[in-house]
Amino acid sequence: MPIHTRRSHDGQALIIRIEGRFDFSTHQAFRDAYEHGGTDVRNYVVDLSDATYLDSSALGMLLLLRDYAGGDNASIAIENCNNDVRKILTISNFEQLFTIR
Amino acid sequence: MDEPAVESGPLKILIADDSDSDRLILKTLLRRLGHLVLDAANGEEAVALFRSGAPDLVLLDAMMPAMDGLEAAQEIKRLAGERMVPVIFISSLSEAEDLARCLEAGGDGFLSKPYNRVMIKAKINAFNRMRLMHQALSDQRDLMHERNRQLLEEQYVARRVFDNVAHTGCLDAPNIRYHASPLSVFSGDVLFASPRPAGGMLVFTGDFTGHGLPAAIGAMPVAETFYGMASKGFDGSDILQEINQKLVRILPKDMFCCGTMLEADFTLSQLKVWNGGLPDGWLVRASGEGFSLPSRHLPLGILNADEFNADMEIIRTLPGDRLILMTDGVLECSSEEGQPFGEQGVRRAVESAASGQHPFDALMNAIQGFTGRQKFGDDLTLCCLEMVDQEGLSALPEGTAPSTLAGPTEWKCVYEIRERTLGEFSPLPLLLHICMEVPGLRRKSGEIYTLLSELYNNALEHGVLELPSEWKYTPEGFGRYYSERTARLSMVSGHYIRFSFHHEPKQWGGRLRVVCEDSGQGFDFENHPVLQATEMAQSGPRYAGRGLVLLKRLAESIRFHEQGSRVDIIYDWYF
Repeated sequence: MPIHTRRSHDGQALIIRIEGRFDFSTHQAFRDAYEHGGTDVRNYVVDLSDATYLDSSALGMLLLLRDYAGGDNASIAIENCNNDVRKILTISNFEQLFTIR
Repeated sequence: MDEPAVESGPLKILIADDSDSDRLILKTLLRRLGHLVLDAANGEEAVALFRSGAPDLVLLDAMMPAMDGLEAAQEIKRLAGERMVPVIFISSLSEAEDLARCLEAGGDGFLSKPYNRVMIKAKINAFNRMRLMHQALSDQRDLMHERNRQLLEEQYVARRVFDNVAHTGCLDAPNIRYHASPLSVFSGDVLFASPRPAGGMLVFTGDFTGHGLPAAIGAMPVAETFYGMASKGFDGSDILQEINQKLVRILPKDMFCCGTMLEADFTLSQLKVWNGGLPDGWLVRASGEGFSLPSRHLPLGILNADEFNADMEIIRTLPGDRLILMTDGVLECSSEEGQPFGEQGVRRAVESAASGQHPFDALMNAIQGFTGRQKFGDDLTLCCLEMVDQEGLSALPEGTAPSTLAGPTEWKCVYEIRERTLGEFSPLPLLLHICMEVPGLRRKSGEIYTLLSELYNNALEHGVLELPSEWKYTPEGFGRYYSERTARLSMVSGHYIRFSFHHEPKQWGGRLRVVCEDSGQGFDFENHPVLQATEMAQSGPRYAGRGLVLLKRLAESIRFHEQGSRVDIIYDWYF
């Protein structure tokens, strides 16, 4: 499974780590990851340190997560993107919707 | 009947045995099991009965006169074709080699003599299960073939409908070059271009997440909105707002549309650009210099109307400047080694274009050279718009088909916008719409729109906002003009612009009188060079020379009152 989830040390954040290609094939797994992440999650972190690639359907999945996590009130950070991944996020101006670091 | 029929009802079973007694025993046995029996005394008869009776299952004696069981089995299997008809050999043979030959001839199994009722029943049931499974599989396969054929046909028809809605507009204009996906598929890319009623053009390139029907369904309202609004005179920004709002409403959360809107004004030599999520556009100056125009916005269909920013970047241009738009299919197309073309590839191609080479050709050649292919993937869209003189484009077709309904010919109306609305709303599409209701006047939409927009822009920018037009004609002043325009639009309290229309029918056509009044200070029309001289002078304190020249050329008469803050125009049109 290319998607792993864990809680942050303080237990407030759900960290979703994606390995390899973040594209349509991970759709269900990504969705399961946040839907089964527990009801007491305050923040979400999408850790892309091991993600090699991200396509437009992955952007769509991030939007779904944002919607699930409360839309405009969602607190979602996207972390450790490689240059290619960051470029795609930048072109789409996703920093307006997510904290990218 | 002492036996219930087998699992799936009676079967039609063909038996062939040259021994009359054995055949009778088998026939009776099978009938008791509830099956229909066709019986043959040799291979030839068996094949003939197979042809005429189409049995579900065949029991063959291996050794018979006049074509033995092996030959008959081969022939039967050939006749059955794709249909699965189990052939079971009944034999007293027990040598492995003999049995193997039976299987090679097409046999599916064996039954040994003498007959055993329990074994026969079990064997027939087993082979029948196999037959049914095979049948189910081929039915499913046929169904899939059929569904797929239907799907392709539906896509083809849908594509025809889509192409009618999302027709290519004015993409064939001499100043546009483009490469778009072939017509047979929905790639998720769209490319539209439309002339504006008063001259100029709008071009939109979009890339929907996903492919196929969902993307096409999203593209339909975008096409309708784009062409509908463009022909009514709305500007790029208005259209973007509307498209975004529509997509937010209809698309699922994870679908959106990356896009670039381009608004070209050939008279003012300026381009407006909005890029949300597409790769950098490129402005290639006539001199060869290139500038990238990066995406500054989120794609369409994500943000709600109150968060969405449709402000377009304004660029001053010269004739011969070209703007290149592309979808990410351009960056993603790959070499034989699997390397993507990327932004590097685009930059290199644009910057190293030979002098005199069209940047569109330079880019297409670079992609072909890089990929080693003449044809590219489905979702690669590339479009290049060249800034030209408006005159060269006068032959463009009208965007939309005229309505055949009768409409008003004798009417008056007054429309006034006031206060804050001056900064938030352009009344031009609405006013044009009112005039276009007059039967026959639609053909003149370009001229009417020009009249109205000149009147309105002069009233707003020079009357209400008191912006000096000569600013626009220097590079430094250009930026200042537009930033000042935005700033002053927020301070329009107490101001208004009022349009009064009067249309009356004439035997030869009609006369439209338009009076445009504003709350500004007016201008010294008595000493304005354009109004004084018979020669067309350059510019004046309030009216830019060009605007006034246009008004004078289009209108039957033009008169100024109230220190120039009231303009009275008579426009005659002919059938």
